Amino acid sequence: MEETPFKRFVRDFCASRLALAGAVALLAVLFIALFAPWISPQNPYDLSQLDVLDARLAPGEKLGNGKVALLGTDDQGRDMLSAIFYGLRISLVVGVSATVIALAIGTAVGMLAAYAGGRTDGVLMRVADIQLSFPPILIALVLLALLGQGTGKIIVALITVQWAYYARTVRGAALVERRREYIEAAQVLALPVSRIIFRHLLPNCLPPLIIIAAVQVASAITLEATLSFLGLGLPITEPSLGLLIANGFNYMLSGKYWISLFPGVALLVTVVAINLVADQLRDVLNPRLQR
Amino acid sequence: MLVFVIRRLLQSLLVLFVMSLLVFAGVYAVGTPIDILISPEATQADRIAVVAALGLDKPLWLQYLLFVQHAFGGDLGKSFAYNIPAIQLIFERMPATLELASFAMLLAVVIGLPLGLYAGLKPKSLPARSIMAGSILGFSLPTFWVGLMLIMVFAVWLGWLPSNGRGSTVALLGVPVSFLSIDGLRHLLLPGLTLALLNIALIIRLTRAGTQEALLTDYVKFARAKGLTDARVVGVHILKNILIPIVTVIALQFGSVIAFAVVTETIFAWPGMGKLLIDSINVLDRPVIVAYLLIVVAMFILINLLVDIAYSLLDPRVRLSDAGTN
Repeated sequence: MEETPFKRFVRDFCASRLALAGAVALLAVLFIALFAPWISPQNPYDLSQLDVLDARLAPGEKLGNGKVALLGTDDQGRDMLSAIFYGLRISLVVGVSATVIALAIGTAVGMLAAYAGGRTDGVLMRVADIQLSFPPILIALVLLALLGQGTGKIIVALITVQWAYYARTVRGAALVERRREYIEAAQVLALPVSRIIFRHLLPNCLPPLIIIAAVQVASAITLEATLSFLGLGLPITEPSLGLLIANGFNYMLSGKYWISLFPGVALLVTVVAINLVADQLRDVLNPRLQR
Repeated sequence: MLVFVIRRLLQSLLVLFVMSLLVFAGVYAVGTPIDILISPEATQADRIAVVAALGLDKPLWLQYLLFVQHAFGGDLGKSFAYNIPAIQLIFERMPATLELASFAMLLAVVIGLPLGLYAGLKPKSLPARSIMAGSILGFSLPTFWVGLMLIMVFAVWLGWLPSNGRGSTVALLGVPVSFLSIDGLRHLLLPGLTLALLNIALIIRLTRAGTQEALLTDYVKFARAKGLTDARVVGVHILKNILIPIVTVIALQFGSVIAFAVVTETIFAWPGMGKLLIDSINVLDRPVIVAYLLIVVAMFILINLLVDIAYSLLDPRVRLSDAGTN
């Protein structure tokens, strides 16, 4: 029986029960984010569905229309469960899109550095190193202090924070792969450089990139939540989980814990699930650990 | 060594220069603070007078040159909101931030090191496994949310600890500090723990990895063969050898802790320079934003340089070179 690479990957991945649990949780989170408008009890941003009389109900209390607010309501009578579903959607969209764009930019820069070498390589990598010597939160704070608030701007900040990781990783992997025989063979065949890069070099640099991107999605989501909590991230019209938590902070001292607690739990579950999956990916995709 | 230090210093100056240019241009691109500073009832003549007094009527490049000229004299401009020099404002708030950051680092070492040692010495035991699972959680938990939950449990529900401010301070060499009074310590505990969390997880992992590696080395086996007590093998032979990476990480993390204090200070209303930054961003107090960023960047560059130098002194195997790109 011949085992396909994909089947082997699935078997290796499922070897850890913890990783499997993470993958299941991640699928659930993705499902919720994708189908939020259809599975939420109410549309939290349709003002006609909100009733101020329902404001700040504790979890399990009944709304004016007879429905039960499982996770309570916020200061505007919004059902927290629905707000969390929608918030999760926004958090994931921002985190994932920033990571994908940063991945593309970082890969391009890393490839350029590895292929051009010399001065180009020196300058690009020195810029990356200098940036990596500052913590992400500081860079994001600087950028948002300069750019102001907005969905596009926070995505720009998250991209700026991330690109250097990918650039460094790709450059390292590409420099190793370049010396391999199959690249030499491709060069001897006089294949165009673009084909060598995209069909030969890039696919072989992917495994470390996938692992880093997985970890980075989680930290991008956390960073976005942190910045939104500080009031520097997303605008109030697009409340991500961070903004929901910030909103709940105002009511925490009067004992209304649920407005902050549950969005935080949702954030935590998302980040832990992604980290568990990333951890297992690292083990499965690392050829040195193959038994 | 000397060449290395000079080279790094020059490079640092360049970074600082580029940073100042970016920050200055960026802050000025965001928008004008005039509308916030001048009341809507002011006459046009008043407006022009204020704009001229703040130097906002000059072209941007001239404003930058003047800024650089003043910066060399230690003057980073006057805060629009407080009308005192921005640099003075920041230095007034800096001790609070440094105290919080140092306390957090101390907590991280005091909690992280023993837990990491234990997890490294008995990796299969149940407590060790729980410690490692906890450290994964420590990496994943959104720190600001943990701060809120700590407030909820210890300040709101149990009422044991205060949730904001520094409490009563005691002057130490003319600088107000919180850690010398019981009340101040109570105020330090929650923000300190929040800020320490990530580093506790980090130090646990580093210590455990180092301990496991050290256990396999010949010098530990030899020490055991000599019949030394466990306490001595662990406390002297192992601990000494795993300390270098830990010291490095602590030093490097100190910068991040100061940067992250922005979040913690906002949650706990800790009157440090991080909270000052957020307040200044909200009212577009340009000079304070620019001064904060430049001072923090300069601190970072200094910390990184000191770590590099200390590293080479601690570990003779490390040779400093200027080939940083490979």
